[in-house]
This record gives sequence, C-alpha cells and structure tokens, in this order.
Amino acid sequence: MRGFVPRTVALAVGLCLSGIALADKTVITIESWRAEDQAIWDDLILPAFEAEHPDIDVQFKPTTATEYNAALNARLAGGTAGDIITCRPFDNALAMYDAGNLSDIKDLPGLENFSDVAKGAWSTDNGDATFCVPMASVIHGFMYNKDAFAELGLEVPATEAEFYAVLDAIEEDGSYIPMAMGTKDQWEAATMGYTNIGPTYWGGEEGRLALLSGDAKFTDDAFVEGFRQMEKWVPYLGNGYQAQSYTDSQNLFTLGRAAIYPTGSWEITGFQENADFEIGAFAPPAKDADSSCYISDHTDIGIGMNAATKNKDAARTFLEWTTTAEFAGLLTNAAPGFFSLANHDITVENDLAKEFIAMRGECEATIRVAHQILSRGEPALGNHLWTLTANVINGSMTAEEAAADAQANVDSWYTP
Amino acid sequence: MSQSAPSTRAPRAGRRWYILVFLAPATLIYTVFAIYPIFESLRLSLYSAEENQAVFVGLANYAKLLGEPYWADQFWNAFNNNVVLFLLHMLIQNPIALALAALLSIPTLKGAATYRTIFFLPTLLSVVVVGFIWQLILSPLWGVTPDAMKALGIGDLFRPWLGLESSALVTVTLISIWQYVGIPLMLFYAALLNVPEETIEAARIDGLNGWWIFWKVKLPLILPTLGLVAILTYIGNFTASFDIIYSLQGGMAGPNFSTDVMGTFLFRSFFGFQAQLGDEYMGATVASALFFIILVGVGCYLFGVQRRLQRYDS
Repeated sequence: MRGFVPRTVALAVGLCLSGIALADKTVITIESWRAEDQAIWDDLILPAFEAEHPDIDVQFKPTTATEYNAALNARLAGGTAGDIITCRPFDNALAMYDAGNLSDIKDLPGLENFSDVAKGAWSTDNGDATFCVPMASVIHGFMYNKDAFAELGLEVPATEAEFYAVLDAIEEDGSYIPMAMGTKDQWEAATMGYTNIGPTYWGGEEGRLALLSGDAKFTDDAFVEGFRQMEKWVPYLGNGYQAQSYTDSQNLFTLGRAAIYPTGSWEITGFQENADFEIGAFAPPAKDADSSCYISDHTDIGIGMNAATKNKDAARTFLEWTTTAEFAGLLTNAAPGFFSLANHDITVENDLAKEFIAMRGECEATIRVAHQILSRGEPALGNHLWTLTANVINGSMTAEEAAADAQANVDSWYTP
Repeated sequence: MSQSAPSTRAPRAGRRWYILVFLAPATLIYTVFAIYPIFESLRLSLYSAEENQAVFVGLANYAKLLGEPYWADQFWNAFNNNVVLFLLHMLIQNPIALALAALLSIPTLKGAATYRTIFFLPTLLSVVVVGFIWQLILSPLWGVTPDAMKALGIGDLFRPWLGLESSALVTVTLISIWQYVGIPLMLFYAALLNVPEETIEAARIDGLNGWWIFWKVKLPLILPTLGLVAILTYIGNFTASFDIIYSLQGGMAGPNFSTDVMGTFLFRSFFGFQAQLGDEYMGATVASALFFIILVGVGCYLFGVQRRLQRYDS
C-alpha cells in the first residue's frame, strides 16, 4: 500500500509527459483496404518515413477490402476519415474528387516520376487535375505448383493449345484439381477469368480503346471469345465450384490440391507464407505461337489526401515522400507483387515477383477492361461483369448472351 | 372508482410529474435512434444529388425505383425473394417451433430444460459465426456434408447448394430457420404454460385425449401468440434477413442475385459495392419503400387480425 501513492503519481506524471511528447508530433492516419499489409507498413515503410520526419507520426488504419468503399464514404461524409486516403483506380476515386473529398495534387513535387498512363487512373478525364499519387499495379496471370508440374512432367504453356493440353494432362492424372477457381464470390470469375485472359483475344489496349471509341462492341467476336474461354474452363474446375469462395480457391492451391491458379501478383506474399511447395507464374497464354501474349498490368492502388484534413502540410509531406525512389523500393520489395508505378529503377528481389514483372517485357500490357469510363452505367459494368462471367461459368447464360448483356449495359448510357 | 369520485383526483400537472420521468428514457431513445432517422430517411428519399447539391425532386426517386428497369428489376426480385423467405419461415419455422413447444410443455417430459436450452442455443450465436459454420458444413471441398452423405449411400445427391441459383435461397432460409427457431419456440412455450391447468383438467374429464386437448383447447388459447409470431416473422424477414445473407452470400447476394433481399439491395444502393458507387438518395428511397411495406403489413395485422382475436382471461 505504501508504494501505491508514489507509483500512481509517477504514472500520472509519466502519462502527462508522454502526452506532451505526442503533442509535438503531427499524427496523420492512412485509410487503406490492404489490411493484410498492416505489418509491412508498421514495421518497414512508416519507420523509414518517420526517421526522416521525426515530427510526423503516421498511422496505418486499414478496413476490410470488401467494406472499404462503403465505410470510407461514410467516414468522409461524417468528417472522421483519415488524412491520407488509399485510392481505388478510376471512377471510384474520381467520384471522391468530384464530391470534394480528395485534394487536387497536380502540383505535388515528385509527380513527374510517373508516366501519364499511371497518372491517368487518378486524373480527371481531361487531365486537368490529378488527385492521387500512383502507387502500385498488380499483374494478372496464372500461378502454378512447380512440384506438381515436375511430378507430372509438364511444361509451362505458352499458347492456348498448350494450356488446354496441360489442363487435360492434369485432369487425366487425377491427383490434382487442374484449376482452382470458384464462382461463389463472383468477382473471381470476372477478375481472374475474363479480364485475365480476355486481352489475349481483343488485343489488349487496342481492343479496350476501341470499346471506348465505339469502334468495337462486346458482341464482337474478339470480346465474346473471352466468355467462350470461360465455358471451356468449366470441366477443369473442382467439384462444386459453384459454392467455392475466393478463400476456398486460395486454400485449394496453397494446400497443394490444385495445380494451376488463375490470379494476380497480389497473392505472392500470402501464398509464399502458406504454401510448402515452390510456386511459379506464367502469363495468360497467347492465341497461337505467332501471336503475342497480353497481360493485365492493372493500375490498382493510388494514394491521395483527404481534402478536409487538418494536417495538410504533414499529409503533403507524406505524399511527396511516396513519389521517391526510397518508397518505391520499400513497397516493391516489402509487398512483393505490388509493383511501383514510378519510373525509378528498382530491383525486385522476390523470385516469384520477378517472374511476374518479367511478363512486362514479354507481353503487351493493358488494364482491366471495364474500369476506365465504362463503369459509369447502372449497374457499373465492372460489377456487372462479375455476374455475367459467373453466369456463363454456371451455365445460366451463354457466352453470346453475356456479351449482348454487357453491350446493352454500355449502350444504355454511353456515347463514344 | 376514481371516475365515480372525481373530487378526490389529485390536481393534474404538479403531482403526476413522475409519469413524464418514466416515459422520458424510452421516448428520448426511440426519438433519437428510431423516429428521427425514419423521418430523416423519408425526407432524404425526396431529394437527389445534382452537382453535389441536394435538390428536391418530389417522388421522382420512387418513380425511378419502380419505373426504370435497372431499379425495378432489382426491387421486385428482392421483394419476391423476401416473400418466399417469409412464406418458408411461416410454413417451416413456426410449425416446427409450435410442435417443439407442445412437446416441451408436456408435464411428464424428462429433461425439458436441457432440450429448451439446446433449441435456443443457435439463436444466441452471432450471425457471422452461423454463416461461417454453415458455409463450412455445406462446402463441397472441406465440408462434412458430402462425406456424411456418402457414408449414408446418398453421396450422389450432394450439390453445392449455396452456389446454385435454384437452391441458394432455400438453403439460406433453412439455415436462418435453424438459427432462429428458438424465438417462436420460447413464445409458444410460454403461452402454452399459461394455459390454466383447470381448463385442461376439465377437458380431460370430458374425455379428450392429449392430441385433441392440444387442438381444441390449447391452440385456440394461444392464438394471440400465433398472431404475434406471424407479425414478428414478417418484420424480421424484411429487416433481419440481411445479416445471414450478407454473411453467407456477400453483398452481391449471389448466385446471380438469387438470394437478394430488400436488405442487401438497400445496402448496395446506399453504400455502393466495389465499382458501383453508393447513392444515399436512392438508398433512402429503397429504405422508405421497405418502411412502407412493413407499415402496410403491420397495419393489416393490427386492424385486420389482432382486433378480431379473442383473448381468454384465465
């Protein structure tokens, strides 16, 4: 008992002092949907920034990915959102800018380190304003179980014909599910399926821009073919794929039960932690030996500033830092699979990430087809493709019907 | 008594202040958290956003909700699913609850307390937990169901029910019934215990057996509870169904919106979902439509059914 009073006093004084110490620092918080990356930001990225800027305390406060948009919009409306906001590409962030929630940062020093394509994902249609610093892109492709391929004596497929030959061989052997993908969560089907292999058939950027200019339609053979490929995938998916969720697919692959997993580079960290076999990656197979391959190198993450922030200077300082080579290097190697969009020369260390980034040299790059402009209808085409692709795989729509539906969605509001 | 002797009544305002005190907490809480938000969302549904400004548009949002194919299709799909959900609950959940309550209220039943607890337990679980557990149980990959069915020799009948358009809604409903059967069960049980012993004894002396006592004596006496359960099911089906569907099937209420109900539809329209941006005005319109649907249902019950129900005093 005797020691109690002095100890309490000491504690109280200590608390006051630490309060004073905190008061000297500007605290800014980051909104993000990458809850998986908490440790990376806390242990690697933010300490590096704080070492240079001891007067700023940055806190990474993510929300679950599926709830991010809804929760963030509610917080922005209520005035309780963080100072720094991680931006989804295109219309989602554009709507936030239009609503006055994101600051224009076109004059931010360091923004010249990014290509126009990268900045395009976070600029107004006419390019007058840029509201997020491009942060990272993800590359789509396929991951495969190297041990399984070695065991079955399979080679990485480079063309469509080889791809189906490999799938047939795995199917015939029977010890692995050829491909891990389900339709329960719907977005897998569209993101890992249609937008992953589709560019091969519509010729990447060429096809995407033709859609925007009105020269091409979803009902064109080049776009229907993507859906037809989805129909062809069905026999290779596991039993009960209709009720297989995204996490089910991830587990099927990392537990070594499925040989091929249509996916993107964002899975690298998690998969390398969980899988006890070696994982390799290959790009979406080309149509035939004479055609080139296409990848979706999707501008996925940007970072911007809450227009209502009370710590404008600190937030700007942080954003400026995200344009530097230091940040790009930290991010690329701490979160392998998220490739910095900056023009800095960065060495990728992770082997699997290297395989993905090598695809940039071998294949033509494009972005997800429905993200720029085309998702402004009701329902947003980006979401609608989820439903359509899942329907095609589940057999409740034919490829032609799905394509016609997608085109009807665009026609209902868009004039090129 | 006081009516016959008005002179003894206390002067009103001064001495009856405690009535206000007792009413205050409930009134305040309901006003702030229920009544005010309802009026606010009704008001919001009459506005629309134009260049970031709220503009009064009258009933245009309602016309859009029921007129434009994109909104109307979703609305009627969600509404129909809600109706199916309600009917299934009425046809499956409530009869099961009644039957279990009738069995539990048999005085000679041993271990009634244990059964009661077991039946009620799922209700206490978080919906998220229930959703997760059932997803695992029914999973074609790791679930116990495919193996269990194989052991029983009916393995061929297994389907990924939650993922099929034809069966997803029924499966979700059955899961919801499994979870919530405890609530009507408890209400019926309490009502059955309230049936006076003398009445039952009289019926027995008149020569009725247990089966007929239930149908001719107990059931008529608990009719008000039956009505109450029906209306609670009706309201819960429109409001609470969101939880289980969101946790089992996600915000897109797949496959192909076959499990979409008013709640998930409201969620998507108000908050947006992934690439779909939220629209608070259309969201408020959906919420208001939902409010009116419930209002009409409850109104019909209050004026059409409840007034005709005879209450027998024991």
